[in-house]
Amino acid sequence: MMTLDPKIPAGPLETKWDRHRFSEKLVSPNNKRNITVIVVGTGLAGASAASTLGQLGYQVACFCFQDSPRRAHSIAAQGGINAAKNYQDDGDSVTRLFYDTIKGGDFRSREANVYRLAQVSAHIIDQCVALGVPFAREYGGQLANRSFGGVQVSRTFYCRGQTGQQLLLGAYSALCWQIERGQVTMHPRTEMLDLIVVDGQARGIVVRDLVTGRVGIHTAHAVVLATGGYSNVYYLSTNASGSNVTATFRAWKQGAAFANPCFMQIHPTAIPPGDEHQAKLTLMSESLRNDGRLWVPKMAADHRLPGDIPAEERDYFLERRYPRFGNLAPRDIASRAVKTVCDEGHGVGPGGQGVYLDFADVIERQGQDVVLERYGNLFDMYNRITGEDAYHVPMRIYPAPHYTMGGLWVDYNLMSTIPGLFVIGEANFADHGANRLGASSLMQGLADGYFILPYTIGHYLATAKLSPVGEDHKESRAALQRVTGRISRLLNAKGRRTAASFHREVGKLLWDHCGMSRNKAGLELALRSIPALREEFWSGEAFNQELEYAGRVADYLEFAELLCHDALHREESCGAHFREEHQTADGEPKRDDTCFAHVAAWEYRENALPILHKESLVFEFVQPTMRSYQ
Amino acid sequence: MNFTLKIWRQKGPDEKGRFVTYEAHDVGSGMSFLEMLDSVNQGLVTKGEEPVAFEQDCREGICGSCSLVINGIPHGPDRGISTCQLYMRRFYDGAVITVEPWRARAFPIIKDLVVDRRALDRIMQAGGYISVNTGGAVDGNVLLIGKDQAEAAMDAASCIGCGACVAACKNASAMLFVAAKVSHLAILPQGKPERTPRVRAMLEAMDREGFGSCGNQYECEAVCPKSISVRFIANLNREYVRAGVVESGLPAEPESPHAESA
Repeated sequence: MMTLDPKIPAGPLETKWDRHRFSEKLVSPNNKRNITVIVVGTGLAGASAASTLGQLGYQVACFCFQDSPRRAHSIAAQGGINAAKNYQDDGDSVTRLFYDTIKGGDFRSREANVYRLAQVSAHIIDQCVALGVPFAREYGGQLANRSFGGVQVSRTFYCRGQTGQQLLLGAYSALCWQIERGQVTMHPRTEMLDLIVVDGQARGIVVRDLVTGRVGIHTAHAVVLATGGYSNVYYLSTNASGSNVTATFRAWKQGAAFANPCFMQIHPTAIPPGDEHQAKLTLMSESLRNDGRLWVPKMAADHRLPGDIPAEERDYFLERRYPRFGNLAPRDIASRAVKTVCDEGHGVGPGGQGVYLDFADVIERQGQDVVLERYGNLFDMYNRITGEDAYHVPMRIYPAPHYTMGGLWVDYNLMSTIPGLFVIGEANFADHGANRLGASSLMQGLADGYFILPYTIGHYLATAKLSPVGEDHKESRAALQRVTGRISRLLNAKGRRTAASFHREVGKLLWDHCGMSRNKAGLELALRSIPALREEFWSGEAFNQELEYAGRVADYLEFAELLCHDALHREESCGAHFREEHQTADGEPKRDDTCFAHVAAWEYRENALPILHKESLVFEFVQPTMRSYQ
Repeated sequence: MNFTLKIWRQKGPDEKGRFVTYEAHDVGSGMSFLEMLDSVNQGLVTKGEEPVAFEQDCREGICGSCSLVINGIPHGPDRGISTCQLYMRRFYDGAVITVEPWRARAFPIIKDLVVDRRALDRIMQAGGYISVNTGGAVDGNVLLIGKDQAEAAMDAASCIGCGACVAACKNASAMLFVAAKVSHLAILPQGKPERTPRVRAMLEAMDREGFGSCGNQYECEAVCPKSISVRFIANLNREYVRAGVVESGLPAEPESPHAESA
């Protein structure tokens, strides 16, 4: 029977982490060299964890599917990283960052975790500066900040529009040092396909070399997953095409609880989907909403050119529905409003999937030069992709799956329900609740990897009883057999459909019924349709030349079901999760703190429905309030 | 739109490669070059043929995975973009397009259009870092770094590590790559303590990996998706000469380190 013990230290919020660190056992320096830790994934969380563990003296085996650890998808984050430095003296503090994050997550995250995140945020900036990250600076030489994501202080540190890249290259350079020192062994182009669990403890992984196709076993004293999110289950998302759910999903099947899978962030400003060949959705920076106005024609199915539609026949729907925040309403609210007007037939562009983001007013008011200076690179990017000139024709945008707040359940020590399996970064569920604020994902990835996991894993390694486990252990062989059996089933399929066509179909099913808004009937329809699709996939209808992709699609076909179960169970609207049954008369979400102030952690069962376990969220220090942006 | 593609096919590192001609039909002008290749591959897969292997991941010009030589030019005809940011409206309907992998001794071909670029990682491991432990870093504002200096470091640091500079160079030199990293860290005060061993170690690693030397023809800058300037190569040469002077026993830092970082 699975039990969820979040292991939150008792006592005052402000000193929980300090006291916890002191009470944790340490591994003696001489013993560290005899301990091996596996780290899967080399984004911000994985690279920072692997390099720090190497520096501490552990032997680290680090894996990524890319050809180099520097290419993990953290590299694509644009905007910035939050930290409670209060360099601007505008009233920021650890407590304020903590509160903003809890509230932004619509009161569905743990107080203790979020407070710790806010506490270590300032150290992250210092650490990155020490590693040579070229943050933007003021003329006087001090670190510059920008404001972001609707909060009232300016706490976001940035490197132009390439903050994720620079933070990742910083962590990668630290990793390079540890590789050179022999503390970290790097395995690029290697994909994790299963978890080895011995006596209830995570002791290794089964991997496939993506060049030779060889399947192999790696054993260790503990396993860290830093494998990112699962937005690609929707087929079209802003994620890199290689990002996938396989590592966390296989760990789920070995006994790690999966928490809040239905909490899925959909970003409002991406370039709309075009034809069916489209492989990804490109994000346009959220900053565009500072000056652009969103509108659609008031008349449904109006095919006139935007310039031919007079002002009184336009619906500036965000300004109309949310007069106080207007075009700057938070991500989840803005995305849903876009979907609503498009569903009502007012959408523009191919398939009616798009709304205008119009800069005509600001160009008239301040001149094209000002807009060029502020957003020139974004207008260029838009032009390159769509062939349209947004200085003269309004941009078209549409929401896109972007980030997953859900992930494997972890306790305060970032350990999953399988002892010895730690989960960090986007791959865990911990800190963002039902909605993540802008510039918080980079903060969380590096907090976990540099400053939290290296402490908490030490306590586990110092106290756990770990018998020797090698490649020949029966559990290692069993895991290897699971993998090889599955691969041969995939290779033997000789159907007519490509894996991509299944992926597109399951993605569309989820987007339609478990996307920006959900209802019981739609979720039940999806839950009926997914098994049939999976059946077709495995009955040999798939044509699986591209083995690793087919394997990932196979996992999406199962994972999609878990996502829908979670969305169906959560009979409330909170953050990014909007259930149509639970809204006010004017379409605002209704949260239910009496019945749903819990983390939903799902346990895998073979050939049966997953079992729901609940971790109650206790709010000792903040009072949950209703989010209103009207 | 319709295109004729001449694509380099090679089964493995030691196999002989050759161009194979494929037709791409009904290509939308709004498709990206990689989406066009995706659809060619889907066609091959349904016919039971081996799809063309090529690298890609983020498809927004930042991860540095994609690496195609298109009509003889790394990343294709436009400046300042990577392959994934190239769209088919850039080509004439009916055009014949050749697609090749990066070609360099230090980048052995793995399969078709995929090459092994680990040599770049090994150059980084030789010294492309500041050896600082996690924890105990001083406050980020203790080091004051002028805006111009920070911007110059960022110009260099924006390298995505794709290797187009190597593919464009007739000597297959990695000078622009090494110059970008060496300059990024040498410009910043945090990077100063190790600047002498760093430049030497990274250049030695570059030679060891079989990259050629710089011929001063600037093709690297022309194809760089981040338009990184060859001025950084001049800076790399200065760093290298400086390292030699320092090692010969002359005064290490003629100027005060504080003056330099101000």
